[in-house]
Amino acid sequence: MSYRFAHMLGIEPLSAEEIVFLLDQSKPFQEIQRHPLKKLATLRGKTVALAFFEPSTRTRISFATAASRLGADQMNLQAESSSLKKGESLLDTVRTLDAMKPDCIVIRHSSSGAPDFVARHLPLPVINAGDGTHEHPTQALLDALTIRDRRGTLENLNITILGDILHSRVARSNIHLLTKFGCRFTLCGPAMWLPRELECLGPAGTSIRRVTRIAEALEGADVVLTLRVQQERLHEPALPIDEYILQYQLTPERLRLARPDALVLHPGPMVRGLEIDPAVADGPQSCVLEQVTNGLAVRMALLFLMTGSGADAPPEKDFSHAAD
Amino acid sequence: MLLISNGRVMDPASGTDSPRDILLDGDRIAAVAPQGQLAERAKGAEIFDAANLIVAPGFIDLHCHLREPGGESSETIETGTRAAARGGFTAVCPMPNTRPVNDNVSVTRSILERAAAVSSVRVWPIGAASMGSKGEALSEIAAMKQAGIVAVSDDGHPIASAKLLRQVMDYCRALDLPVIDHCEDSSLFAGAVMREGKQSVRLGLRGMPAATESLAVARDVQIGELTSCRLHIAHLSARASLELVRAAKAKGLPVTCEVTPHHFTLTDEDVQYDTRYKMNPPLASREDREALIAGLADGTVDAIATDHAPHEPALKDVEFDRAPFGVTGFETAIALGLELVHAGKLSLMRLVELFTSGPARVLGMTRSLAENQPGDLTIFSTDHNWTFLAQESASKSRNSPFDGRTFRGAPMATIVAGRIAFRR
Repeated sequence: MSYRFAHMLGIEPLSAEEIVFLLDQSKPFQEIQRHPLKKLATLRGKTVALAFFEPSTRTRISFATAASRLGADQMNLQAESSSLKKGESLLDTVRTLDAMKPDCIVIRHSSSGAPDFVARHLPLPVINAGDGTHEHPTQALLDALTIRDRRGTLENLNITILGDILHSRVARSNIHLLTKFGCRFTLCGPAMWLPRELECLGPAGTSIRRVTRIAEALEGADVVLTLRVQQERLHEPALPIDEYILQYQLTPERLRLARPDALVLHPGPMVRGLEIDPAVADGPQSCVLEQVTNGLAVRMALLFLMTGSGADAPPEKDFSHAAD
Repeated sequence: MLLISNGRVMDPASGTDSPRDILLDGDRIAAVAPQGQLAERAKGAEIFDAANLIVAPGFIDLHCHLREPGGESSETIETGTRAAARGGFTAVCPMPNTRPVNDNVSVTRSILERAAAVSSVRVWPIGAASMGSKGEALSEIAAMKQAGIVAVSDDGHPIASAKLLRQVMDYCRALDLPVIDHCEDSSLFAGAVMREGKQSVRLGLRGMPAATESLAVARDVQIGELTSCRLHIAHLSARASLELVRAAKAKGLPVTCEVTPHHFTLTDEDVQYDTRYKMNPPLASREDREALIAGLADGTVDAIATDHAPHEPALKDVEFDRAPFGVTGFETAIALGLELVHAGKLSLMRLVELFTSGPARVLGMTRSLAENQPGDLTIFSTDHNWTFLAQESASKSRNSPFDGRTFRGAPMATIVAGRIAFRR
């Protein structure tokens, strides 16, 4: 079964079958990361526009590297240098990019819904690289790929997310993705970051519970997803950072409450000693660096599928064209 | 002279609901009589055949934004009142948040002079409660009253200080002016762009709880009681607020409130990053919407007001959280009200009251279909089928969530001071 994606704006509207398809499509691109020569010619002549309206290092480099390894050219727009500072509207900025004829546009923006807005106005595929506190679909896909590789399945797992769930697009996309496979969620953090409405994310019948005690949250967990504590969020309300560490830092002792083979994921950037103890970050259960590598594979698969040529030809066929 | 014949005359003030002819002479109603009886007196008069139509007192909109002076790229008094006339309104009350703010007599006069020159309907300005609507010092309320304001409000910039609100209400009590408040607790509002709930959490948009409004309503009602000033709650959207108004009325306090068509029609579930669904107060929950409809029916709500808030496309065609609050509303108001009537949730007489004698009472006026009353009439159909297209609106702006909606029932003619201001 093959699927086409006009845009990749979020995980919520995708079906479980489409997600499995995307993860399967990512497999060959995982292989490529192990090759001595990593560059393909698959998207030679194609151009990917990277429009990052919010500071980002990891995701931007990941998308840029993914595009390079597929042989695509890139246009780069970064918030620091953008005309937004000069008062230009988002619509005018992306129309200008579009006039340079890219084949798809990857958008990171601090406003929830900005990629949807752009997709409504531009005639080319839009990939959401993180919008406000809404979704971060490629992060959830790379997390799912990592979990599936390690556990062999995505079905019926106990997933615990620690941190500021309310303001996390990573949490939302992960909840949308994994609940489609029957996973049960436990959301844990300070109560003001755990509104009741979070229980309504995911399809009907989904099990999402909110707990404020970390010991309760970790018990029986198959996967522990630790979110970055966004210091810029800590002022509303003012929560002393030491309070957070005291109650919610993922330490080796606490991790022992989870299943012995529980995986530890972190979307990065990670602050050792804050949300995670260094011993956990570097421990055998940590998947942090695998996640980064899988991010390349997932983004290559998406760019491949969405820039036109990918829809018909399987990627394996193009391996022999490795250039440079 | 203008004879409105064959219509079904509905006059909430007198409870009349029967076939009547109405003769207008000059800017007044000359006579109201059973069909055919005015034929002799109306010799030579222009005749408007209102067969199968409702003839009601002229609709009054207590809450709108005409944007002039200062915001003419979004609306002017001329375009806004033309849209109002198309919506059946014979009088509209523009809020003072113009540039400059209508906080002094020269701005009030300039609005009224402009209206006299270009307006399709009556313009009854609302003056700012505080200088520049900054919430610091009283504006020139008495002078503006002499110039023609009908109420005061710092709409859009709610008075944060309870002390200042008390002073405004004490002062307005003596001037016999109602104080209209956009009820909002600014600390709970905190940069929100929609109502807090499942949808705000799903969309990742910053939400405000219903208490943002109801906390301020509770404060206002208590200060109203302290001062005995007439208090009118603008665009009430939450059930909790409605309950506070209901309790205040039961106590006999002079508290009134209005509800907008978008709040009794849509809910926060309709918000999908489309900025045409962004207004303040934001669309509320389904439970709130049901409570508002019950309040419209049982008399707790005194008026339907549009909060017509035009914004030119360039301002609205942006990221959801950067877009200004507000939707247009003149041309769809009565048709949305008729949806409630067709659904059996509201009687037709009650709907007419909410557009006529209800808002008149808030302003301390009476409006009825009787001899020597102003010649303001709204004639509408309850079953005319039509589709609202924002492109064809008389407003300069297009920001309506009802663009493309098909309606049953529409304004057919708007008569202001004895003259036809709009005819479909």
